[in-house]
Amino acid sequence: MSIEPDRLSPVQDEFYQALMAAHAGLDETESHALNARLVLMLANRIGDVNVLTQLLQSARSYSND
Amino acid sequence: MAYEYKPFSYVPPAGLTQAEPRHAVAIVGAGPIGLALAVDLAQRGIRSVVLDDNNVVSVGSRAICWSKRTLEIFDRLGIGPRMLEKGVTWKIGRNFHGDKEVYSFDLLPEEGHKYPAFINLQQYYVEQYLVERAQEFPDLIDLRFKNKVVGHQDLGDAVKLDIQTPDGLYRLEADWMIACDGAGSPTRARMGLDFSGQTFEEQFLIADIEMEQSPFGDADVPERWFWFDPPFHSGKSALLHMQPDNIYRIDLQLDAGADHKAEAAEDKVIPRIKAIVGDKPFKLDWVSVYRFRCIKLDQFVHNRVIFAGDSAHVVSPFGARGGNGGIQDVDNLGWKLAAVLKGEAKAALLNTYHEERSFGSAENILNSARATNFMTPKTPIEELFRSETLRLAQDQPFARKLLNSGRLSLPCSLEGMALQTPAAAQVAPGRALLDAPLISETGNSWLLNEVQGDFTLVGFGDVTLPDLSGIRRIGINQRADHPCFTAAGNHAIRRYGSGKAYLFRPDGHVCAVFDTPTEQAVLTAKARALGAELENAA
Repeated sequence: MSIEPDRLSPVQDEFYQALMAAHAGLDETESHALNARLVLMLANRIGDVNVLTQLLQSARSYSND
Repeated sequence: MAYEYKPFSYVPPAGLTQAEPRHAVAIVGAGPIGLALAVDLAQRGIRSVVLDDNNVVSVGSRAICWSKRTLEIFDRLGIGPRMLEKGVTWKIGRNFHGDKEVYSFDLLPEEGHKYPAFINLQQYYVEQYLVERAQEFPDLIDLRFKNKVVGHQDLGDAVKLDIQTPDGLYRLEADWMIACDGAGSPTRARMGLDFSGQTFEEQFLIADIEMEQSPFGDADVPERWFWFDPPFHSGKSALLHMQPDNIYRIDLQLDAGADHKAEAAEDKVIPRIKAIVGDKPFKLDWVSVYRFRCIKLDQFVHNRVIFAGDSAHVVSPFGARGGNGGIQDVDNLGWKLAAVLKGEAKAALLNTYHEERSFGSAENILNSARATNFMTPKTPIEELFRSETLRLAQDQPFARKLLNSGRLSLPCSLEGMALQTPAAAQVAPGRALLDAPLISETGNSWLLNEVQGDFTLVGFGDVTLPDLSGIRRIGINQRADHPCFTAAGNHAIRRYGSGKAYLFRPDGHVCAVFDTPTEQAVLTAKARALGAELENAA
């Protein structure tokens, strides 16, 4: 995996709260669908396939922990 | 060694046999908030009568984490050094996931402060020190134990209180009644004020244990250790703190549906503690089981009745924002109430106590609710995000910052509020003072000792301060005909800048900053801080 610099603080708690609020009231299937949409939208916002590929590999690398 | 409780003596009050004199201030509740307020007012020459239904200090350690800002306020009230000497100083917090450390933080990485980021000290010591401090003002503080307020009536320009004692009922009248009667405030209940907010389902077990060896293991360090999913308490969270007298505080998250009476029973608690400390001998000192609540009153000031501390707001404890928030209430209210009673300000100034402290308590509630939500995921998806955050936190710095085991209390900033004169500055108007060490020919001092208590104009570097009555003047790195100091280690200049004059309120918050502090500009700013520009709604 690659180590990403922290770009979220100092708003990390505000973000996390908003993320949980976005999921509030959804069942698990709906939440997974929301997550999928969110990943696609964040990918579009990043818009750099090299960065995205690196992030995908990095996220995947934790799977077998 | 466990604390020895000594009851305070009850003296039959005058009101039982004769008419009470009219009191300036009646403080309901002799907890840390009520006592601190009585001392603050006494230091300003204002009399108060303190009424408490009990006659001992807090049973159980309760509030233990006192923040740097709180200690600075207690320094002004005369017990800061004593608390620091007795308390356990700490500044490092460690978060664990299972048995692995995932993130640690240093709360005060810089030098040049009189007080550390936090000390741990049991609430009963703080109350004892405050009672002893209050007793140093026998002419100004009338402490009445076993005096239970059972009724009150707002008369418009005073409040009438009905008080039950072991010898019967009596009445007294006071210009102002300050309800410092805790989370279950009878004053609030009597007035029928809505006190609803977020209550969390999860319950927490809090235990104080006394042990010779350290539950921190071989490290034996005064730190704050927090576990997500600890090996000894699977799937839940746990917190460990060190207190004086070989007392340790353990917080354990319980199931939402746990039976709180059964959970507080020794046969249930002891195995849980053994799972943490192993075979090391220990003694249970105090146990409590409770639910978190995050609630505040819509309005802290109700004509002549004012709420302070837990009676006005309660938060979940992760973040040390309950007792610390209450002491900031006192710090904010004391000088304002004194100014109103002395005729230096209109009663409308007290509305800014609500404005400023309601904001502060909302900030505390927001932070502690976020921490509690992070600690206690409610749905499978919340659980999933939490566990993946923990997984990423093994090596991703951003994920470590997301781990929220309580964002620990920082001084509340009052930037942009009515009493402050806006200015661009390193320490913006509204922020609490940043302490710094000072040197003078007569001895060493700290900025907080020179600034707190009264309106104080401080000149940093090359700036000339006008001589104005009612405003204390201090110079730093300058020569003048008022007290001057050198900034030790240059900390003060680095923190505040050079060639600037800062006007501090009596509670140590900056209320104005000047490049050229003319008489007119300083007087206008001081008048504004005393509420001159407010509508007198009261």
